Amino acid sequence: MNRNLILGAFLSSIFVLAALVSFVWTPFDYTALNIPAKLQTPNSTHWLGTDHFGRDMFSMIMVGARTSIAVALVAVGIGIALGVPLGLTAAARSGTLLDEVIMRGNDLVFAFPALVIAILITAVFGAGAVNAIIAIGIFNIPVFARITRGGALSLWEREFILAARVAGKSSARISAEHILPNVTNLLIVQGTIQFSLGILAEAGLSYVGLGAQPPTPSWGRMLADAQTMVSIAPHLALVPGLAIVLTVLGLNLMGDGLRDVLDPRLRVART
Amino acid sequence: MLRYALKRLLSLILSLAVASLVIFFVIEVAPGDPASFMLGINAQPDTVAALRAELGLDVSKTQRYLNWVGGMLTGDFGTSYTYRTSITEMIGQRLWVSLPLALYALTLSTLIAFPAGIYAAARRGKPGDMAVMGATQLGIAVPNFWFAMMLVLIFAINLRWFGAGGFVGWDKGLWAGLHSLTLPAISLALPQGAILARVMRSSLLDILGEDFMRTARAKGLSRRQALWRHGVRNALIPVLTIMGLQFSFLLAGAIIIEQVFFLPGLGRLVFQAISSRDLIVVESVVMLLVFAVILVNFLVDLAYAAVDPRLRART
Repeated sequence: MNRNLILGAFLSSIFVLAALVSFVWTPFDYTALNIPAKLQTPNSTHWLGTDHFGRDMFSMIMVGARTSIAVALVAVGIGIALGVPLGLTAAARSGTLLDEVIMRGNDLVFAFPALVIAILITAVFGAGAVNAIIAIGIFNIPVFARITRGGALSLWEREFILAARVAGKSSARISAEHILPNVTNLLIVQGTIQFSLGILAEAGLSYVGLGAQPPTPSWGRMLADAQTMVSIAPHLALVPGLAIVLTVLGLNLMGDGLRDVLDPRLRVART
Repeated sequence: MLRYALKRLLSLILSLAVASLVIFFVIEVAPGDPASFMLGINAQPDTVAALRAELGLDVSKTQRYLNWVGGMLTGDFGTSYTYRTSITEMIGQRLWVSLPLALYALTLSTLIAFPAGIYAAARRGKPGDMAVMGATQLGIAVPNFWFAMMLVLIFAINLRWFGAGGFVGWDKGLWAGLHSLTLPAISLALPQGAILARVMRSSLLDILGEDFMRTARAKGLSRRQALWRHGVRNALIPVLTIMGLQFSFLLAGAIIIEQVFFLPGLGRLVFQAISSRDLIVVESVVMLLVFAVILVNFLVDLAYAAVDPRLRART
């Protein structure tokens, strides 16, 4: 079994589990203020310490995992839902004007870094988790469109596709029945990577105040709150930071591992 | 080559035109009238109308779009709603922080990535390679703004080698300016350097398997000589493309890093403009960032085609 995959899946599942458990149980109420207990370092009562309002950091990290995972997951969903059909269409109509329009449109979205899209959306509609999802999601569309098109193009040359065409199947049906199942591996690997990028992006947006708004805890916001107190209570910055690093690291390792398992040809020279 | 360049130039102009339309109309959707926002809820209608005329908001949308684009083409980005000063001047001042920061970070990331990538490729599968790959895996997973906070904690608060934030200005001298941009540049460079090192490694590994590398060895070059003379040089082509793409991430990343270090760059300008609903500033800065990204990619494409003639033929 692949070592990266096991380690990655282990790390990621800890945070997914924390997020799921937070729906039914957290050690403390994550909104409960307890000023006398503020800025405690990790101890037996508050496992990861408390923040400047005396809120339990462990509970906040659990609920924050929920925010991060939800935002990143929906954003990947948007990317797949819109990007994959675009990529399949472009490949099926390869070399035509439609292909050109789709791919140039992709390039254009790439010219707006995710954060710039987020800034535009926030400037117009205001800050919030939903707008963060849209911003990250829009950026995911060209990623999936490109990877689907790339994978699909080489498949269109294959004999089993030619056979399907001879059998009289329309290109839309071939795309759905034969091309899509064969690019699924690529999409799973890319999905894992975009998921981890989504978690980083959500943290960044929340950090600058464009993501989830209080009282919804999010790792990025916890870091923003920690910034002015980092010298007196470093754990305020260490805890959410390490949560982000471990989750993203876990997802990246899982992506690498999945790529090895699903596509052994790539085992040799990986980036 | 000329035909290729012209074709790419046409595509650049088209992309910029579409981008400007998108940005303009997205901002146009924004609820609220800037003039009413600036004057508050108790403003008299005729005062609002006068301000609208002064800000050039009383003409049709098409006319406003044309005025905006026409102004940008002549270097006039308009007037800030909040500060009532020229946006071109505001951007000009901020660029002197953001651009050097992005370039500084790009330099640092290259300086980290090239040796690390070459070292890892030369020792493929050995502990040295695994250590570099592990470190880059970590580098990619670390959010740069958190890394920035950790750098401040260690090097500014504990060791006092650097300031915790702010920018002294270039008038204090090049060294002082660079010194105050060092921690921000390192935090920006880390994830980009990690990605670049991985690209360098894999690109070099691809090259090392090529026939001409075997020929070079057969000619009597040592492994090291073959690696440096033929390997690294050929591996650079894809690496340069990635560096071009990274520039946009550096500019965008700088927006967040500027917040951590309270640097008076484009990023802070954008956030201040958002909070005061100075949408014309947001519009112009976003357009400028997109222009920079499209331009850099255009230049990379040209450089790429100049180096590799096959590319010109293909497109």
